[in-house]
Amino acid sequence: MSALRIQQGRVIDPANHVDAVRDVYIVDGKIAATGPKDATVWDATGKVVTPGLLDIHVHLREPGRSDKETIETGTRGAARGGFTSVVCMPNTTPAADNTGTIAFIKQRAAAAACVNVFPTGAITKELKGEELAPIGSLKKAGVVAITDDGHCVQNNDLMRRAVQYAKMFELPVLDHCQDYTLAADGVAHEGYWSLALGLRGWPAIAEDMMVMRNILIAEDTQWHIHCQHISSANAVALLREAKRRGVPITAEACPHHFTLTDESLKTYDANFKMNPPLRSERDRAAIVEGLADGTLDCIASDHAPHCAFEKEVEFDHAPFGILGLETELALSLELVRQKALPLPELIAKFTSIPARIVRLNKGTLTPGADGDVTIIDPDRPWTYDVGQSASKSRNSPFHGWPMRGKAVATIVGGKIVWQE
Amino acid sequence: MKTAGWTRKDLLGIQELAAAEIHFLLDTATAFKQVGQRTIKKVPSLRGKTMVNLFVEPSTRTRTSFELAAKRLSADVINIDTSASSLVKGETLKDTALNLQALQADIITIRHSAAGAPHFLASRLKASVVNAGDGAHEHPTQALLDAFTIREKKGRIAGLRVTILGDILYSRVARSNIWLLTKLGAHVTLAGPSTLVPRTFEQFGCRVTHDLDEALENADVINLLRIQHERQRRSAFPSIGEYTAVFGLNKERFARTKPDALIMHPGPINRGVEIDSDIADCDRSVILEQVTNGLAVRMAALFLCAGGARP
Repeated sequence: MSALRIQQGRVIDPANHVDAVRDVYIVDGKIAATGPKDATVWDATGKVVTPGLLDIHVHLREPGRSDKETIETGTRGAARGGFTSVVCMPNTTPAADNTGTIAFIKQRAAAAACVNVFPTGAITKELKGEELAPIGSLKKAGVVAITDDGHCVQNNDLMRRAVQYAKMFELPVLDHCQDYTLAADGVAHEGYWSLALGLRGWPAIAEDMMVMRNILIAEDTQWHIHCQHISSANAVALLREAKRRGVPITAEACPHHFTLTDESLKTYDANFKMNPPLRSERDRAAIVEGLADGTLDCIASDHAPHCAFEKEVEFDHAPFGILGLETELALSLELVRQKALPLPELIAKFTSIPARIVRLNKGTLTPGADGDVTIIDPDRPWTYDVGQSASKSRNSPFHGWPMRGKAVATIVGGKIVWQE
Repeated sequence: MKTAGWTRKDLLGIQELAAAEIHFLLDTATAFKQVGQRTIKKVPSLRGKTMVNLFVEPSTRTRTSFELAAKRLSADVINIDTSASSLVKGETLKDTALNLQALQADIITIRHSAAGAPHFLASRLKASVVNAGDGAHEHPTQALLDAFTIREKKGRIAGLRVTILGDILYSRVARSNIWLLTKLGAHVTLAGPSTLVPRTFEQFGCRVTHDLDEALENADVINLLRIQHERQRRSAFPSIGEYTAVFGLNKERFARTKPDALIMHPGPINRGVEIDSDIADCDRSVILEQVTNGLAVRMAALFLCAGGARP
């Protein structure tokens, strides 16, 4: 019998409405109400103890682009960032639109991942937005959701059928909301900075249009659509109104969208190039407000590793996306320090809420649950050095940033996979 | 050695320049303009220096102007244009830049379809980088030669009413002109179709109108821009015919402009589209003087950035 006693931390367990100083036991890989006297002790005095954090939007790049990231390196980064579970996106090579690729990801995860990896499957074959992927078989192979992330199904009829079909398997549909005609070949938020810098504009309405589409389809099918990486103020307003009416829709925000604005693009550093793009201060403030009032349900990184040589090019030619797993928690803790939302609500956006969105029995310290726990020093100052990242890639705009708050131990199934 | 009044290694854009720097460069260009009027149109200011004309987007006018400017300063000039460039063979801009550095280039003038490409080079190279036009971002020497021409013809820039007409959205010339003219105290009006002249440009300190007659009335300077087909991937107006009908500078509109209003165009002009052919050739048109002044302004820019001796 293995037993761990995490002693006298401030335990925040939103699923059980707990916020109190107490001990947490993990016995034989499961959360327990109590434990043996000879349990290993982890002194968490002065620390915050939470259910293991979940990130439901990461790109681990395997199979196909293991020069950017692998399941092994990506999950090491997750562990450093305090995450015990990640949901990986299907835009691999080949795409995760078939059971073989899902089996491969699960096999690689079993062999090399230090945190839990939950794959998603594609909505359409090769993420082309033309024909449905074998969604039922993907469910059997173990996907927790379907999405064409990185792409967006443009055909509304096809999207509606995908949602109707996924409902039968109780699979949530995650959508990367991007109208291709409106986004066109944009590389930067359409506004003052895109004009000043001469970068092709990508208007917020490109996101709003698809969010509206998804609201209507979710309402029509009465099935759950989750809007990924919301970046626009109008999208937040649309979601707020839809949720008031009880539409089964949820949404996530990424730390870069509530931390940075398009003004950062003025150095033309491609580490500020992401999809959707960094938007205006008005949009940034609306994302914070959406997180505060619950319109935006959870926080996810959209961790998107790219090789240095791919990013060190003209801004127009660089791929979209940045690293996120190791900076996500600290950047999000800023929201608490800015008094946008209290710490337990922030922790819920990394635990109970994302677990509910992808229907995992995770993100809770209920006795019997998996022994996934994150121990956080919420005010610890540190500096992010991307050169020391566990990731294979280095594409972060936050290199050299002073940070506050850090995971000091990440425990997966009772095993400490990261601590410092 | 850097010249007093100018401490920059590179000329990347107008936006970051102070009014004093702009005046200093224009004054330097005045001195260089005289060189072009001599029998021997050459000074030794950049003797022994190497300039690379890296044109990753087609251009004849600007490339020739930079080449001639450098030669009049006695620099050695190498032209690298797109068709011959290894950039089409898959070499990255970074590697091209490092190779140019290895060849000990002192000045790189770059024309590139991607905004920010000159900044990318400037931050990585010891050589001086002069922006010869980057995407829809800036074309600083064009704005400087426009200002030089206005100053020469009108004696001043402050207080003048300048109307820039046409495709502003995709125009680097427009952006550099807006920055420069507003810094020097001119009143800038932007005019053209609403799809090419978004209201957001008002945040640059200029006026936006879609009423051409209003834009031309009282203008001291009318700067016409070409429709940038190569950067417009979606149609912003129904047809060239409609554009000409609604926004072309025709004789009827021209007749209502101020009698001393200058007609400018960065070229190449599309006769019969944005400008009536006769107006392009009229005595108020300074289009060819702009080209001549371009040489003087580019000599000044190369000289100041690459730090030679005084002329």
